Amino acid sequence: MLVGLLIIVPLIASLLVFFTKGNTSRTVALGLSVVEFMLSLVVLFQYKHNPASADLALNCPWVESLGIHFAVSIDALSMLMVLLTTFLVPLIILSSFNSSYEKPNSFYGLILLMQMALLGVFTANDGFLFYVFWELALIPIYFICLLWGGENRGRITFKFFVYTLFGSLFMLVGLIYLYNHTGFSTGIKSWAVTDLYQTGKSLNLHQQSFVFWSIFLAFGIKMPIFPLHTWQPDTYVNAPTQGTMLLSGIMLKMGTFGLIKWLMPVTPLALAEWGWLAIALSVFGIFYASCIAIVQKDYKRLIAYSSIAHVGLIAAGILSANQQGIQGAVMQMLAHGVNVVGLFLIADILMRHTGTREMEKLGGIRNMNGNFAVLFLIVMLGSVALPLTNGFVGEFLLINGVYQYGAWVAAFAALTVILGAVYMLRSYQAIMLGEKKDSAIAFGSLEGSDKWVLYIICAAIIAFGVYPKPLNDLAEEGTKAILTYINN
Amino acid sequence: MKGLFIISALGILAMLAEIFKFKKLLYPIVLVGILAAYVTNFMEWGQNNMSITMFNNMIHFNDMSLAFSGVILITAFFWFILANDYFEQDHVTDHFALVLFALVGALMLTSFRNMTTLFLGIEILSIPMYVLAASRKRDLASNEAGFKYLIMGSFASGFLLFGIALIYGATGSFDLMTIRSFISHANGDLPSFFYAGVLMVLVAMLFKVSAAPFHFWAPDVYEGSPTVITALMSTIVKTAAFAAFMQLFIIIFGGVSQSWSMVLAVVIALSLVVSNITAVSQQSVKRMLAYSSISHAAFMLMAILANTRNFGSINAILYYSLAYSIGSIAAFTVLYNVSKAKNSSNFEAFNGLGKRHPFMAACMVIAMLSLAGIPITAGFFAKYFVFSVLIGTSFKWLIILAILTSAVGVYYYFKVIIAMYFKEEEIHEEVTMETSHVLLLVLTTLFTIALGIVPNYVIEIFS
Repeated sequence: MLVGLLIIVPLIASLLVFFTKGNTSRTVALGLSVVEFMLSLVVLFQYKHNPASADLALNCPWVESLGIHFAVSIDALSMLMVLLTTFLVPLIILSSFNSSYEKPNSFYGLILLMQMALLGVFTANDGFLFYVFWELALIPIYFICLLWGGENRGRITFKFFVYTLFGSLFMLVGLIYLYNHTGFSTGIKSWAVTDLYQTGKSLNLHQQSFVFWSIFLAFGIKMPIFPLHTWQPDTYVNAPTQGTMLLSGIMLKMGTFGLIKWLMPVTPLALAEWGWLAIALSVFGIFYASCIAIVQKDYKRLIAYSSIAHVGLIAAGILSANQQGIQGAVMQMLAHGVNVVGLFLIADILMRHTGTREMEKLGGIRNMNGNFAVLFLIVMLGSVALPLTNGFVGEFLLINGVYQYGAWVAAFAALTVILGAVYMLRSYQAIMLGEKKDSAIAFGSLEGSDKWVLYIICAAIIAFGVYPKPLNDLAEEGTKAILTYINN
Repeated sequence: MKGLFIISALGILAMLAEIFKFKKLLYPIVLVGILAAYVTNFMEWGQNNMSITMFNNMIHFNDMSLAFSGVILITAFFWFILANDYFEQDHVTDHFALVLFALVGALMLTSFRNMTTLFLGIEILSIPMYVLAASRKRDLASNEAGFKYLIMGSFASGFLLFGIALIYGATGSFDLMTIRSFISHANGDLPSFFYAGVLMVLVAMLFKVSAAPFHFWAPDVYEGSPTVITALMSTIVKTAAFAAFMQLFIIIFGGVSQSWSMVLAVVIALSLVVSNITAVSQQSVKRMLAYSSISHAAFMLMAILANTRNFGSINAILYYSLAYSIGSIAAFTVLYNVSKAKNSSNFEAFNGLGKRHPFMAACMVIAMLSLAGIPITAGFFAKYFVFSVLIGTSFKWLIILAILTSAVGVYYYFKVIIAMYFKEEEIHEEVTMETSHVLLLVLTTLFTIALGIVPNYVIEIFS
């Protein structure tokens, strides 16, 4: 029941917010999203004490004749994703307090609606339900980008929508294909995730390959993986900051999470046959995106490309299908979610205070605001995965996992660390250090809400860098559960 | 069955209204009459395994025909609310009578048991439609629409008759059940002109549902006709044509599917590609909806192509036609009000609607999402059922093609949404809407979402 509440609360919250006006919208939205975070902590508490509790699973029939159930539950993996979502959404809402958006009630209502869909994606235990939530998450973000985005938003958000819808429809076909093969012995068709796992394994290589690629396409587009990434940089740059945060901080994880839960255990044969190609694409994407990131002039665009590089490594780790790889991927998903939200907020702060994100025009801001320089430094170091920051654990495990798959692949993948350090440190240098440029003169002290968001993010970066054990334990548990499905 | 009689009686009543001068009362009478027909239809359907045969096996009502009649009647009810203006100009009673007789034809197409009743149904449906298409008689485009529709429709009827004659020649009967048992007893030993007959019937039906390459009449006819008549054509006429199509090709000619399925697959592929590609470049929303209706026809044909015997295909078509009709009625209601105020049905007419009239815009968004097949709207389940019946067949490549073209389809549906929310209106003209239309939009939108959340009630009809 608790888990049902977890999905219902944001839905009710979004409806409430739609009926508010003016500045009350954001206050109500923030309040309710904090309530949701508390609720997820209660769920965590419950999970820690009694993982098999009936409160953590909900299963009621939806379309009985088709075997579709509204089945959601919490396991270690979804617990982590739920925590990430409920932790980030209040921060994302808080980070918007210094920008004024037209029709704030719709804006915050859509963010909360998006949260509902995301939580649904992470907790769904029914293939059909998963697909519905997956598509549902697309609608609010489309409107957020369309209504509050930058120039050219019509064309760009449209490209984004068509790309992702295209992938999703292929996933739907893959899922229907699986569903039609369920119930081979019993005659009763089912969408339940464990039934889909079993069915997937009973298929031959040819059939599994069809399922693998049709579902992989959806996840590959969402993450995005080279060469399916072309929608991403433009969309990230043109979306309003909060939209970008939702896209990169949480929505991107839908793809990687889907890969772990909805693809790897379903098609083990196809994975063995085609995994090399998927890994090759992911790893090449790391290199490709990092190189492009180095030559970027716009800071927000640089972060967008760095995101492709990071997710490439995460995907490679998952596809290498070993304990370290998947566990590292989960840890890196959490770290990347937090860090990238921090980075996009910093890009937004730069834009608001100096009127530009061009790194050539920025410089010497450290002299104006030392406090900001420190916070920026911490987020940046977290993002390049320095030891004692949250990024380190995941990246270390990831490279370890990829190494077990193949030493050369790991050597290539490790470029992400080196190249990441190159573009991150260079951009920090360009923006914060050096001579004070004209644009920096106006850079005053940070507004309260921005400061708080950065404080919380930096605290999380350091806290989980120094003591990652609680998250790591959960990630290990979730990975083991998935691996037993894959290897059985 | 009683529904058919009630609607026929209403049609005759409409003609009498001119003589006995109760024109003013006609509109409420018709609305109540259609509701009554729907209710009786629904009550008949409640009886288990009901089956009524009339006129020496000419007409046969069973659960399937009642279900399709239900879809047609509920759509007709919605349509009459939409079209209230249409019945306030001249020739009121004629318009009523024509629409009602077209409905009679539509109901016959859900329940025919004989090739002659098939032909009668198609003609009773089509002839009033030819007149209605040309009913704005001082408008050149409307005249052109009526004329084109008549010529193309007659051409298709000719094909149909020729096909029926050939089938009669081979089997010696007009009766569908006799033909069916003839096919199953023949064990493939049928004269070749029988197959020619089947293909001719197929071509005639493809004309009627406007599938490519027999679609050339549709965009011009849709654009030239009065908007409400276009709404009628793309909902009720389409549902009826598909009910007949399905009856013929799944139940009767299902046994010789090897002779027509490849032809149908090519037609579907052509329809998907041609309609979606052409729709992209349209300036007029009305014309865009015409092309989109061709693409939806292709989707319904996919369910017929799948030809599954355990009611999967029939369910899919029933659900699809309901979802599509409701979504179209909502879209046409908004289009009608916008084009009335702005005197244009182009995409630009929708500019700024999101700001000026948020309710109308929101309903249009839901309608477009449903037509594009996005969860949690009715259109999504419609597409889902089609995919799930077709995926078990050897025509998987059509699903891939359907996905590719659906992605294109999103482009033109979202063009409307982008125009409403993203573009500024140049000259402000107040778009007003009558209360009845507001109510209609509320109903259809709720219906669309409800069908998307709880599709059980429709799909469990035949399980």
